[in-house]
Amino acid sequence: MLNAEHTQGAHVGAPRSRVDGRLKVTGAARYAAEFPADSLLHGVIVSSAVTRGKIKRIHTGDAKAQPGVVEVFTHENRPSTAWFDYKYRDETAPPGSPFRPLYDDEIQFSGQAIALVVAETFEAARAAAMLVRVEYTPADHATNLDLQLDEAYVPPKKRNGIKPPPKPRGDAEAAFAAAPVKLQNEYRVAIEHHNPMEPHATTVVWKGGGKLTIHDKTQGSQNSQSYVTNVFGLSADDVEVISPFVGGAFGSGLRPQHQLFLAVMAALQLERSVRVELTRDQTFTLGYRPCTIQQVSLAANRDGKLQSVMHNATAGTSRFEDYQEVVVNWSGLLYDSPNASFDYRLAKLDTYTPSDMRAPGATLGVFALEAAMDELSCELGMDPIELRLRNYADRDENDDKAFTSKELRACYRQGAERFGWSRRSSKPRSMREGRELIGMGMASGVWEAMMQKTAARATLTADGKLEIACATADIGTGTYTILAQIAADALGLPLERVSVKLGDSSLPKSPVEGGSWTAASAGSAVQAACDSVKQALLTAARGLEGSPLANVDLDRIVLRDGRAEVAAHSSAGLAIEDIMRGAGKQKLEAEESAAPSKTAMLTHVGYTHSAVFAEVRVDEELGVVRVTRIVNAVAAGKIINPKTARSQILGGVVMGIGMALEEETLVDHHLGRFMNHNLAEYHVPVNADIHDIDVLFVEEHDEMVSPIGVKGLGEIGIVGTAAAIANAIHHATGKRMRDLPITIDKIIGA
Amino acid sequence: MSPSAADASASVGAIPIRITINGESHALQVEPWTTLLDLLRLHLDLTGTKKGCDHGQCGACTVLVDGKRINSCLTLAVMKDGSEVTTIEGLAQNGDLHPVQAAFVEYDAFQCGYCTPGQICSAVGLINEGHAQSREEIRELMSGNICRCGAYVNIVDAVEHAMAHRRQSPRNPEARS
Repeated sequence: MLNAEHTQGAHVGAPRSRVDGRLKVTGAARYAAEFPADSLLHGVIVSSAVTRGKIKRIHTGDAKAQPGVVEVFTHENRPSTAWFDYKYRDETAPPGSPFRPLYDDEIQFSGQAIALVVAETFEAARAAAMLVRVEYTPADHATNLDLQLDEAYVPPKKRNGIKPPPKPRGDAEAAFAAAPVKLQNEYRVAIEHHNPMEPHATTVVWKGGGKLTIHDKTQGSQNSQSYVTNVFGLSADDVEVISPFVGGAFGSGLRPQHQLFLAVMAALQLERSVRVELTRDQTFTLGYRPCTIQQVSLAANRDGKLQSVMHNATAGTSRFEDYQEVVVNWSGLLYDSPNASFDYRLAKLDTYTPSDMRAPGATLGVFALEAAMDELSCELGMDPIELRLRNYADRDENDDKAFTSKELRACYRQGAERFGWSRRSSKPRSMREGRELIGMGMASGVWEAMMQKTAARATLTADGKLEIACATADIGTGTYTILAQIAADALGLPLERVSVKLGDSSLPKSPVEGGSWTAASAGSAVQAACDSVKQALLTAARGLEGSPLANVDLDRIVLRDGRAEVAAHSSAGLAIEDIMRGAGKQKLEAEESAAPSKTAMLTHVGYTHSAVFAEVRVDEELGVVRVTRIVNAVAAGKIINPKTARSQILGGVVMGIGMALEEETLVDHHLGRFMNHNLAEYHVPVNADIHDIDVLFVEEHDEMVSPIGVKGLGEIGIVGTAAAIANAIHHATGKRMRDLPITIDKIIGA
Repeated sequence: MSPSAADASASVGAIPIRITINGESHALQVEPWTTLLDLLRLHLDLTGTKKGCDHGQCGACTVLVDGKRINSCLTLAVMKDGSEVTTIEGLAQNGDLHPVQAAFVEYDAFQCGYCTPGQICSAVGLINEGHAQSREEIRELMSGNICRCGAYVNIVDAVEHAMAHRRQSPRNPEARS
């Protein structure tokens, strides 16, 4: 394994345009619902109109009689599938019994898929789906978390990969009682849906002989593949999942979704190719960021030193699975307090299971903590940054481990300078322009820098071209591009000579793309595979008859511009094509995997950090909030591509603005269903909502967190953004908003 | 699927239309309920135009009809008999990207790419309209196109760059439509 400095080259660290950019701007990139197939059938889902109960009768005759309709699948005629729960449990599933589409007559949540109409054309299937009539025996439902708090419980079985709350430290209650300055507040965040632009879809291509090629909207081609083989009892050799492009996911593509099940079921039964696309409103029947109610208590000495931190949270989950995320732990991590306690509970609701959504847990917990820290700074009459510096944690007290690196101080300093924090008057309601109140707020952000065991293959061919292959996905994150950059530098090639294949279950093994771990994990695997190819190439080069490299030490040979050269003498060298030809090699290929260092992780833990600064303008009469400026200073280890990296942070900030001001899935608790299941009524930020966003990456060297020094960027941009905005709104208006989203009615009504 | 295959799937109620798509004339039999979006994606395999909501709420399906940007999901194909449609597949000429396409790549004005064809067609339409003079106006007039990846800052940069480019060279391709 080469150490981090060897990867510095022409491409790593340089702002390169996306290598898949041309395909995306010309419409040539194909997404799950866009792959052609001969004699393709179209499936349209019929959704339950009740929230809980049983299907008494389902009438499919009228639908079946429509021209072009091939079959209507319901629980009464579905083919048999696996019996045991574990067969349905994908690699990201929480504990419980995963939802089985069309399993029986039971309705578990509003909008549940209860029939699939399959027809020769999309229009025929859509029209026939409206003719399926259902008689229900409804049952009582519970969807209001507030009414289920008494039933909340500590999840008996921990979700794989999710750390439970840390052990308490000291005596948080007693320290809270004794401290001179304290606050205790409740914070709420509404249900949010991911709403990627591409609705979930699956095209199953029937290849004959039981072989399937599946184009699924997924963040894990191999996760979808193993789900299909387990549920339908198929061999992995017969099922290939190919999803080169994913139209956004933000976590909604981690678990195999029900359209995958339905499309495969229909294709196997009918022995035809089948496509099933969800409508936008049906995508609201998938997972979501759960409604979470939190209590944060902070107590400090008059000098600002924290004495007690208590963070409790209760989140909704489904009846059938215990979805869990890390909500409260951040309060034991970000600041140093001798006394701390934590509690995380779940309450059962009659909804589908929540799912990971961009920075799951952290967006919620860090919002509450950072809003509370802002309040504490007001109570103390202390600058919010100063309060954070006085309680800066130099060690992870939760796990009693050292940080692999932590440049959060530099984030505060550089972010404040870029933002012009010194121009902020400390008093709320003290800055105005015309009828607009101006506010400035800040917050910290944090996310775990994870790495997962991942494999990659590098293939150098006789024409001097390099192909990289890995099963992971690029959901817009820039993975194609950064892997090409790492590979190009490793073998000294121009970027144009490197191609990258992703999103295919037949490629070297990768976990789902998520958790911000892909750049560190797939990147390190690509580096390792390329290093092996380089070793073989240089060995071949030195062995050639009359080779100018014959007696040169390996560490004195460099690869650059498609040539192997002696470091100090660019004239003494060989072109890669000449080495390959001379050695009689059609290709040099290596597959390697990379995994986190188990020994390093015994003593150390890696986190990404940020400091977010927000300026808002609030119309005093109308309550309209504009986020006029955001500066997000991020410490995330090495930045492979400043251009795509900046885009990751911009995207997180934009979703954070949505979280702060707009996004809310509204529930009609009487009916037990989501009311605003469309993009006109579920508000996400549009172009006019977004003004200046400035991203800066603080220098952070970290050779321990991953072999290539990368920490990951997919989540950190959203963490802290909502708190910075809420804090800025308080600074502008003097009103404290603890319930997201901060809509106009709340500002006017406060 | 070829245009003739679209004919084959037509029912008794199908209506003949002639429509020019990306410079190519098509004589088609389309059912009255087929949207322009579904005609493009399902019958003509022009999948560059995207379906994000099918309700005119997201802009992913934006195409240019007679030079004007519209939501193709809210348009029945039969309404566009005799029209000229330009989709994302028709913007590049002889392999050269349209200046708006090139600017989107240069400014990293997309991530997942799914809203991108609609954003680009919308930007070309916006520039044709000639109303937007400032970043603020670009933001407002591009607000019918949602980007969930949140590339708005870069989209405005790209559109602003393409607008300046057009002013400098009046013989740009978008002047054709």
